[in-house]
Amino acid sequence: MSLLQIDQLNLAIHGTPILRDVSFHLDAGQIVGVIGESGSGKSMTAYSVMQLLPEGSTTTGAIRLNGDNLLDLSEEQMCALRGDELGMVFQEPMTALNPVKSIGDQVAETVRIHRKASRAESLRIARETLDRVELPADRFPLSRFPHELSGGQRQRVVIAMAIALRPKVLIADEPTTALDVTTQAQILKLLRRLVREDNMALMLISHDLAVVSDLADEIVIMKSGTVVETGSAKTLFQSMTHPYTKKLFEASSHVPDRAEAESRTAAPLLKVSHVSRDYALPRTSLFAPPPKFRAVNDVSFQIQQGESLGLVGESGCGKSTLTRAILGLEEVQEGTILIDGVPVFSGHQVRRDIRQKMQVVFQDPYGSFNPRHRVARLVCEPFHLLDRPPRGAARAEAVAEALESVGLDEADGRKYIHEFSGGQRQRIAIARALIIKPKLIVLDEAVSALDVSIRAQILDLLADLSDRFGLTYLFISHDLSVVRSITDRVLVMKAGQIVEEGRTDAVFDNPQHAYTQSLIAAAPRLPDRQEQKEVSQ
Amino acid sequence: MLRYTLKRLLSLSVSLLVASIIIFLAIEVVPGDPASYMLGINAQPDTIAALREELGLNVSAVERYVNWVSGMLTGNFGTSYTYRTPVVDMIGDRMWISLPLALYALLLSTLIAFPAGILAASKRGSVADTLVMGITQLGVAIPNFWFAMLMVLVFAINLRWFSAGGFPGWDGGFWLAVKALTLPAVSLALPQASILARVMRSALLDTLGEDFVRSARAKGLNRRQALWRHALRNAMIPVLTIIGLQFSFLLAGAIIIENVFFLPGLGRLVFQSISQRDLIVVESVVMLLVFAVVIVNFSVDIAYALVDPRLRRRS
Repeated sequence: MSLLQIDQLNLAIHGTPILRDVSFHLDAGQIVGVIGESGSGKSMTAYSVMQLLPEGSTTTGAIRLNGDNLLDLSEEQMCALRGDELGMVFQEPMTALNPVKSIGDQVAETVRIHRKASRAESLRIARETLDRVELPADRFPLSRFPHELSGGQRQRVVIAMAIALRPKVLIADEPTTALDVTTQAQILKLLRRLVREDNMALMLISHDLAVVSDLADEIVIMKSGTVVETGSAKTLFQSMTHPYTKKLFEASSHVPDRAEAESRTAAPLLKVSHVSRDYALPRTSLFAPPPKFRAVNDVSFQIQQGESLGLVGESGCGKSTLTRAILGLEEVQEGTILIDGVPVFSGHQVRRDIRQKMQVVFQDPYGSFNPRHRVARLVCEPFHLLDRPPRGAARAEAVAEALESVGLDEADGRKYIHEFSGGQRQRIAIARALIIKPKLIVLDEAVSALDVSIRAQILDLLADLSDRFGLTYLFISHDLSVVRSITDRVLVMKAGQIVEEGRTDAVFDNPQHAYTQSLIAAAPRLPDRQEQKEVSQ
Repeated sequence: MLRYTLKRLLSLSVSLLVASIIIFLAIEVVPGDPASYMLGINAQPDTIAALREELGLNVSAVERYVNWVSGMLTGNFGTSYTYRTPVVDMIGDRMWISLPLALYALLLSTLIAFPAGILAASKRGSVADTLVMGITQLGVAIPNFWFAMLMVLVFAINLRWFSAGGFPGWDGGFWLAVKALTLPAVSLALPQASILARVMRSALLDTLGEDFVRSARAKGLNRRQALWRHALRNAMIPVLTIIGLQFSFLLAGAIIIENVFFLPGLGRLVFQSISQRDLIVVESVVMLLVFAVVIVNFSVDIAYALVDPRLRRRS
């Protein structure tokens, strides 16, 4: 009998079926990866095990922990299991901790809730647990508050809360999705170590095939609330019997077809020379000038017409600040930014004629539209940059053209943004960027929030648009595989500086700078199908 | 924390300075000379001049401002133009009604609002929640003077549990004075409690939806424990803000209630002084109210930092 056995689990929320006949199991010491896109029901499966489902949920089937059906237990009995035998780690470490309680108290609380331990005893266990998740006492005393820690450190505290009592089963719901790749690699290593040490069963939920395939023993693929395929991680990717598994695998490593850009002129479209951007920090003294933080430090690069340039780096490296400077949203302290040889700023004003030549697509397809405007009006927003924006029929025609060029329909212009899915919204964002026919499009993590299959479609669209309109892209991302698939050249940024620059293939295949090497080493990789077949033969 | 407190103290002093200048200027631009108003239309010019001299109105505006501020700092608020008594005594007498009344009302409002708000939030969608929301809706909608009259009708005239108005003074016994302030305090507190309960409920519901509450549940806390140990303290920031605003209002805004219950409080003093052009009293009372409001805001800021460790370090 397995440690945790999910049998024919069905879940409905307010009558809407969410999970259908989900069955799989976990054994002690085993890592099971649950993979699926948004809406596949992978998180709801985890919440069903924890019995932390939203109101109005009804479940049938069985979830057996050591033979006891969790669905039959009372809420009181479940409270006794949660945190003791069942631990859970969540996606968003920045908000998963109570901001007004010290990390020591929060870890100790797990102990105090379940054991009749004194405060001193539970704090001692908390200390031990924080040591186990590699937060040593000298740098991370129990009295620290969450806001004093980085995202990766907070995630370690969340893990410590979950494993303080050495649970039999740990559920990790996208535990590294919000983290940088090097931090992600460290957290995954930690989880693997804890599984080995405690002989714990780990249910690792992720949308990222590469993360899971690196770590898991067994893989469960979910789609629309059902399990479509399960198998050993070693063999699943070779066999891949279900078409959805194949599709997911292909989308994850999708490389769009791009025509070789040959029409490049000698003059660069964007030329950034010796740009530095300072932020004032809070004053430390009433009379001294406030100290400064240099977010971007002496950065120089250029983009040729029709080229696609990648900019990679971890959070806080200055890539967003640089983007804002290029778009003229912030002034820089030193250096110049030229578009077609003309500076973006004249005095303290952004030049409109220059600003027309660039547009931006942001990461969040949900937050970057005014929900009260119709799509046609949203798409027309960049028209305020034009001296004589088209009106009447010309305007309607421009909207139709922009929407059609991203694969949407003219009629979609009359709808509101909430009627569209994330992928469609990102298409609308691209249409909005295209409508004034800019030369440069800045894509700021433009596909990071999308599911892999949607991401593949958007990447294809971008490649196609670039070929058709001769667009130039500045592609900013933390996701190395995406940057590799869509850019010609790449810049690697660290602590405000560009540490490596070169042709994308060359940089990825033979990184020169130690930081680039560590980034590439940390990035999880999909198993190569060909390679695997050879191994198995 | 010390740094934070010092910074708040600095901003408190600046607010007081700015407020004193604004109040002084506002009174300056009001037409009408207090000396001629006091002596009536038939007064001789030289009598008026003599009175102006006596009241200290002959010197420049800057000098008068400095005299006023330095007087207040040493406890000398000047002499009332109409009653010819020291302003500080007039304010002192009334302060002992208005301040206890405000504190009493605030205490009642908090005692009603906290349990009601917490109950409604913890049983969202239940009968209790619907009841709390319905009653507080009424409480917000009905003006407090109407409540006051209703209560006089029921508790003073029909049931004869309380007197309909007036204040016996603190010398007549503590409980007697408290009894006299009870109906006014309740009528001040009910609308305030309704607002506070609604704020408490919505702040708590927001916090209950936060990720860290889910983390707490995953540790094995039940709903109740998650609410009391994790959500409540995080929900306190908006609640403290409202409490601060309400106290300021209770201190200065009780004019109508003081009139309904014939309480000789600060609100009535300002009202009378304005109609009698007793500008020095107006000036001083307004400054005192500003002082109280600023002190309350300062205390609220300190309370924020006690509740939220992130604020302690940021300064």
